[in-house]
Amino acid sequence: MTEGSGLHHAIAGTKKLPMALSDLANPSRFLAIVEPVLPWLAGATALALALGLNQALLVAPDDYQQGATVKIMSLHVPSAWLSMFCWGLMSVAALGTLVWRHPLADVAGKAAAPIGAAFTFICLVTGSLWGRPMWGTYWVWDARLTSVLILFLMYLGVIALWRTVEDPSRAARAAAILTLVGAINLPIIKFSVDWWNTLHQPASVLRLGGPTIHPSILTPLFIMAIAFTLLFVTLHLAAMRNEILRRRVRTLRLMQAQTAAEN
Amino acid sequence: MNLGPHAGFILAAYAAAAVVVGALIAWVVLDFRAQTRALAELEARGVTRRSERANPNSP
Repeated sequence: MTEGSGLHHAIAGTKKLPMALSDLANPSRFLAIVEPVLPWLAGATALALALGLNQALLVAPDDYQQGATVKIMSLHVPSAWLSMFCWGLMSVAALGTLVWRHPLADVAGKAAAPIGAAFTFICLVTGSLWGRPMWGTYWVWDARLTSVLILFLMYLGVIALWRTVEDPSRAARAAAILTLVGAINLPIIKFSVDWWNTLHQPASVLRLGGPTIHPSILTPLFIMAIAFTLLFVTLHLAAMRNEILRRRVRTLRLMQAQTAAEN
Repeated sequence: MNLGPHAGFILAAYAAAAVVVGALIAWVVLDFRAQTRALAELEARGVTRRSERANPNSP
């Protein structure tokens, strides 16, 4: 979707949207809001990461069974949460593209995909490095691990789709449909440990009856989860800003080519 | 800090995460520089958006 057509869609679509979302429908207004916020978000992310890493590496005790390898959990679990959260956000953005035609929806979806892929990759690698000393293997084709690998491949598929289709508005619709189809995988990932026998343990934090982890290990995990979420928000807003600028460059180059052809 | 007999796995996990996060940050920063440079070059050649021609102070 070019910026010009995006603004056109904004006029058509904002009547159906809540006020806060329609306020952000103008890319220039979005940039004006995001620019001053980004340095503060980056600072908050750095602080939260420093605190979380200090807690996870230096303060939290070793687990009585897993020893120091439990420190991998502070990377693995937040990245696993974000890998699913990011696809959920992309699914909402896909609805924004297909249903409301919000001009920033496909920008949000496109900008989120590489970040989601990166966090899913961290989840898979750290899980594998945790599995080798605890399970005796780097990988097993159980339902949890396989469904997360499929999520990673879906992220790569969305990124490839955006790069393959040249027209941004066509790419946006195709990527939105693929994203919504891929959203079926989210409940499969979440409940895979309940529906099938898996080597991966069942939920131990977000579960009925409360977490099964001692607060001395759970607190650093929550701080790292907040830090990773702040990191995700910062990177996503910055990537959205970059995507808006990229579309401006594209529009100006098309205008320049058109002017040259007329002359 | 004693990481025990599996220190290699713990350090490898943190190193992998640091590399991936570092690559993400580098991608965002370098992409921003590339886009602002391209916009500046176009504007220097007199190619601007209609809204900017009408209101040069707009963001």
